Amino acid sequence: MIDNSERVEFTAEMRKDYTILAPNMLDIHFCMVENLFHSAGYNVKMLRNYDQSVINEGLKYVHNDTCYPALLTIGQMISALKSGEYDINKTALMMTQTGGGCRASNYIHLLRKALKNAGLGHVPVISLSIGNMEKNSGFSLTFTMMVKALAALAYGDLLTVLKNQTKPYEINEGETDKLVAYWVKLLSEKFEKGRACTPFSIKRFMKRIVASFLKIETEERDCVKVGVVGEIYVKYSPLANNQLESFLFSQGCEINVPGIMGFFMHVLGNGVDDVDLYGGSKLKRLKSKAALWLIGKYEGYINKPLADAGRYSVPATYKHLRELVAPVMGHGCKMGEGWLLTAEMMELCESGYENIVCAQPFGCLPNHIVGKGMIRTLREYYPDANIVAVDYDPGATKVNQENRIKLMLSVARENMAKKDNNTEQKSKATDKILQTV
Amino acid sequence: MSYRLGLDIGSTTIKCVVLDESDNIIFRKYTRHLSLISEKTRELLCEIRDTFCGEQSMCISVSGSAGMGIANTLGIDFIQEVYAAKLAVSRYIPDTDAVIELGGEDAKILFLTGGTEVRMNGSCAGGTGAFIDQMAALLDISAEELNEAAKSYEKIYNIASRCGVFAKSDVQPLINQGATKNDISKSILNAVVNQTVAGLAQGRKIKGNVVYLGGPLTFLSELRESFDYILGLEGVCPDNSLYFVALGAALGGSENSKELDSVIEGIDGMDNGGSYNSISALFENEQELTEFRSRHSKESVITDASLTESGGAYLGIDAGSTTIKAVVINENENIVYSSYMPNSGNPVPIVREFLLEVYDRYPNIRFLGSCSTGYGEDIIKNAFGCDLGVVETIAHYTSARKYEPSVDFIIDIGGQDIKCFKIADGAIDDIFLNEACSSGCGSFLSTFAGALGYGIEEFSALALESKKPVDLGSRCTVFMNSSVKQAQKDGASVADISAGLAISVVKNALYKVIRVTDAASVGKNIVVQGGTFLNDAVLRAFEKEIGHNVTRPSVAGIMGAYGAALFAKQNKKAQCTLLGKDALLNFTHTVKAVTCNGCTNRCKLTVNTFSDGKKYIAGNQCDRPIKGETAAESYNMYEYKRELLGRYTDKEGTRGITLGIPMGLNFYETLPFWHTLLDKLGFGIKLSPVSTKKLYQKGQQSIPSDTVCYPAKLIHGHIAALCEEGVDAVFYPCMTYNFDEGLGDNHFNCPVVAYYSQVIANNMEQIKNALLINDYVGVDMKKHFPKKLHALLGKYFDGITLREVKEAAKAAYAEYEAHIERIRSKGEEFLRIAEDKGLPVILLCGRPYHIDKEINHGIDKLICDMGAVVISEDGLGRGYKEIPTTVLNQWTYHSRLYCAADFVSRSDDPDINLVQLVSFGCGVDAVTTDEVRKILWKNQKIYTQLKIDEITNLGAVKIRLRSLFAAIEQKKRGAGLDR
Repeated sequence: MIDNSERVEFTAEMRKDYTILAPNMLDIHFCMVENLFHSAGYNVKMLRNYDQSVINEGLKYVHNDTCYPALLTIGQMISALKSGEYDINKTALMMTQTGGGCRASNYIHLLRKALKNAGLGHVPVISLSIGNMEKNSGFSLTFTMMVKALAALAYGDLLTVLKNQTKPYEINEGETDKLVAYWVKLLSEKFEKGRACTPFSIKRFMKRIVASFLKIETEERDCVKVGVVGEIYVKYSPLANNQLESFLFSQGCEINVPGIMGFFMHVLGNGVDDVDLYGGSKLKRLKSKAALWLIGKYEGYINKPLADAGRYSVPATYKHLRELVAPVMGHGCKMGEGWLLTAEMMELCESGYENIVCAQPFGCLPNHIVGKGMIRTLREYYPDANIVAVDYDPGATKVNQENRIKLMLSVARENMAKKDNNTEQKSKATDKILQTV
Repeated sequence: MSYRLGLDIGSTTIKCVVLDESDNIIFRKYTRHLSLISEKTRELLCEIRDTFCGEQSMCISVSGSAGMGIANTLGIDFIQEVYAAKLAVSRYIPDTDAVIELGGEDAKILFLTGGTEVRMNGSCAGGTGAFIDQMAALLDISAEELNEAAKSYEKIYNIASRCGVFAKSDVQPLINQGATKNDISKSILNAVVNQTVAGLAQGRKIKGNVVYLGGPLTFLSELRESFDYILGLEGVCPDNSLYFVALGAALGGSENSKELDSVIEGIDGMDNGGSYNSISALFENEQELTEFRSRHSKESVITDASLTESGGAYLGIDAGSTTIKAVVINENENIVYSSYMPNSGNPVPIVREFLLEVYDRYPNIRFLGSCSTGYGEDIIKNAFGCDLGVVETIAHYTSARKYEPSVDFIIDIGGQDIKCFKIADGAIDDIFLNEACSSGCGSFLSTFAGALGYGIEEFSALALESKKPVDLGSRCTVFMNSSVKQAQKDGASVADISAGLAISVVKNALYKVIRVTDAASVGKNIVVQGGTFLNDAVLRAFEKEIGHNVTRPSVAGIMGAYGAALFAKQNKKAQCTLLGKDALLNFTHTVKAVTCNGCTNRCKLTVNTFSDGKKYIAGNQCDRPIKGETAAESYNMYEYKRELLGRYTDKEGTRGITLGIPMGLNFYETLPFWHTLLDKLGFGIKLSPVSTKKLYQKGQQSIPSDTVCYPAKLIHGHIAALCEEGVDAVFYPCMTYNFDEGLGDNHFNCPVVAYYSQVIANNMEQIKNALLINDYVGVDMKKHFPKKLHALLGKYFDGITLREVKEAAKAAYAEYEAHIERIRSKGEEFLRIAEDKGLPVILLCGRPYHIDKEINHGIDKLICDMGAVVISEDGLGRGYKEIPTTVLNQWTYHSRLYCAADFVSRSDDPDINLVQLVSFGCGVDAVTTDEVRKILWKNQKIYTQLKIDEITNLGAVKIRLRSLFAAIEQKKRGAGLDR
């Protein structure tokens, strides 16, 4: 049991004038979520302080062998609190809490520990979790907020796909980014008025968004197609992955970073799998199944307009990912990103992004299994798979990481030359897998 | 078409080639750059310009780990170095299957046939040129001499190949124990090969035509020989083997030629604006420096006292990892004579010289006591007949107290080790030693100074002048190299780097070793010692980091020896047995290497024989070769648990199907469960053999992630062995959840224990010919388990009924519970015995698989040999109940750990203590260690953590344990006085 005797609650009183700081992970998604919190009456601020003091504070207050994301997010919050920018008696922190067998479920507790040691023990920490795992009288994740958040994340995934597949080919530099910013702003405004989050309007907006991206002037370019997978925070956060996305863009790559909806479905799906594998409450299974079905709808909302447009690589569905990974790994493997990470790599290989950066914190336990542990097998299924595993921690230098990625890119360019011959092979590999399912 | 110029700017050298129109090499040069990359590149380009007057423009491209920056700035093509090597090999040696290239700080393998693949070292610089240089320096020879020495080796020692730091801690004891340079040299080269094969090839077999490239493989014939031997083939080291990357760069660049002059100009114009991250200077102004100097000059003692009339004196010798310190004090505890000498690989002759000098200088000296300490404590004690040996920590405390009687914190930074301890109530309270990392140590500074072409003193003096020290953070030496390089590129001066390094040494010590969360809280009266603190920059950085002033004795470098001398005086014996002058003159010392046949460990022993026929044996993991079979009874629960598991033996079975069980990870606890279950179902059972290094090597090639913990890596060997035995299937299910003991919020396994079977399935060739049952099972769901298992087994085998499974499961659960009960009864029994006999108790807390001797390296036995009762973390389970924690308590094995810590913490008996075993790379323990420490500190108990990996060096472990026992004794004495 957690010793909660010293936990500082976020009270209704605090809600009035407290600033709530939260770590940023995905620029597009979290920007909309941030706005969404504002409209619900919480002064949430996603932290974007990325300077050296973040790492220094992290090293100081978090066990140095703990995973890098914990070190960064906690360091980022403490650095912000110490910066003088916020009134530390009027500031609260927010951290997501997932639960699960990975040490990541401990982040919120490590944060509290760190705050105490930094003399900031009085700062309340709000746990952000689907089931409201910890109660705070001043904060609750209401159904409306969840519906809006879900929409925001779905829009985020769609915008990310469009951005990644348009930006490398745009003729007028900066046009794609501008359009993304336009939609983020517009959608945030709509959320505030309670719009753009019903299934009907989501479908409508998504269609419009896709149409708007189709209008961006592009040209054919020989871009290396690179997929990015990894531990969720390192995969997405530029702070953690040393601006991996901009680096890849600067190297003339088209990137494919599988979206966050897949992760949610993975987590929900675990609830179903657990009961199937080990037995247990039928009701629990039913609940997970229902939630899974619901989110599956959003998946469809995103994919349909993309598929209709005809020129985009459409994200794989949860169902497809599950089938794909089955011959390689059981669905019971759920800690961290679990089987999803392996499935994503396979799907990327399948859809032409066989050059992959697998990003993880140094010493990430689940990734010993689902990341590095699966690369050899994937090469058997996809002979062209060109995967580089990159470790991130406070000790690793950007130069080293980029050098490794450049090696992967050199091989990728060479492979591109003989790509035509391989198309046939690849579909064979897919057939092989689907046959075994 | 013009000439092509390829530059390979590596971590330590620059290689350059010029090719003519038909790819012939018309110019080549190899030079060390001493980190002056732009200067040296410019020099080279000028030389080429002057050599080829007619060709003022060439197609230039750059490769190499340090070349990316220069390429970007100058707008020249950059070719990734591994890719460059691949291009060159394909062009010049087309039938190559694999390339092994070792460089200054990097190691690479390219597979060219059967699926092109490139591997390079990522976070680890073990097995590179820098590593060999470092090891050679340790032996006090050059890399070339090391190669020569390796030619006439007799035996090879096991040296941890994963990281230079670990290897160092393996090599140092070998040196101290007197192993020959020839043997050590060959062992080092072998370690490099193992590292390359294990770390890079990761399971892919290196075969066919192999090409060796790069500096170390070009210059060191014995290294090639080691590769040939281990790979079982004959590799080729081509002409120009140093230049392949440069050649590849030349071949792979674009066709756009550039004026050499404009490129040279570009280098001249390179921005040296100082855009690196910097931190505040060590001294803001001259005045601060003056104040600092005068303050520390006060802390001096008499170091040239004379002997008292009687000539009575005490000797203290501290045989450290890189240096030997010796002190002679008179009866008034003043230092008469002292010496600080490099270790040079063999401490014995050095100490002999010292003693002879003492006898010459002070003809009427009469030693009344003598004491040795440090890594070489035993050999010195035995060689010269010292009266006493004392653990380093106590030696340091003894001398520190002399300077600052109210000292509450001592930090000693030596060549390769950091020792810190807290003092409470006059006893050592908590000890921190660096086990896994030497980046906060002195040798690190001198290595860097050397690499930049400075002596250490000059180098550290420069630091005081730095205005903008480089912010290097706190990190591993290996990474520091590239950070330093980057800073240099960004215009940092040597002074700035020196200051930055001094600061990072301090940060490493504080944040990595001591793990302070608040630097100001380490103590009030701090004494700093060790040679590294004689460096003013380090001292100043330390004071700045913790925010107040500290005491640095003027003899900071010899405090261990001084403490040993004081200890000799305080614990004076009736007769001093130290060798006299005559005995020293006739002193001889011979070393022989033998393998102990006392048990299956097969320790490689070095037997030192001295002139009086006295022998000193080192390298042993137990006392057997020294004492013979020990009769003394020991109370070791680890041994008991091993015995219990030994009762579950191979079974024939009635079903005609034999299942193999790999004896690793969670099987160390679930064996009674699965064994009973499978046996009842009529399966034959075959257990994998006991873990050994050899078994590990059997599966080593198939380990995909070299940073996973050693217990997981060992599984590969167990599976390989089972496959060799020819079982029908290997039974190794995945288990997300463990048994629920109700001690935590959840009952998970860690991700590695839970899912490692998935790694086995996807990485081991062997298993593809056998069946692997790695389905997911939930033993915690007792009710649902039989049904789920029945369905699962039905997938593989016919004719097993649900009824059978139900009965078997019932028996299995019962057997498992009985097993746990047996352990708990034994634990309680041992606790009672300890109480009755007044023996100290150590709760040796790890995971079930830590009882594996190959994993714990005999630490359980070591503790028993020190006279303590060893109880495992689950031994007192009957009394456990869930306790509140500040972290999420969700893993079954760790919940026990917290309970055990709580038990020790609540006990009033000072003789009951806890030692935590932590496997290197265990991410979960990053969470648990802090929590366990917190629980123990609540009631002022000492927290001791032992990090274990594949290394077998027990030196550091012994120091910790001896210090722990010494501290317990001191505590008890202190408490006694109070009453």
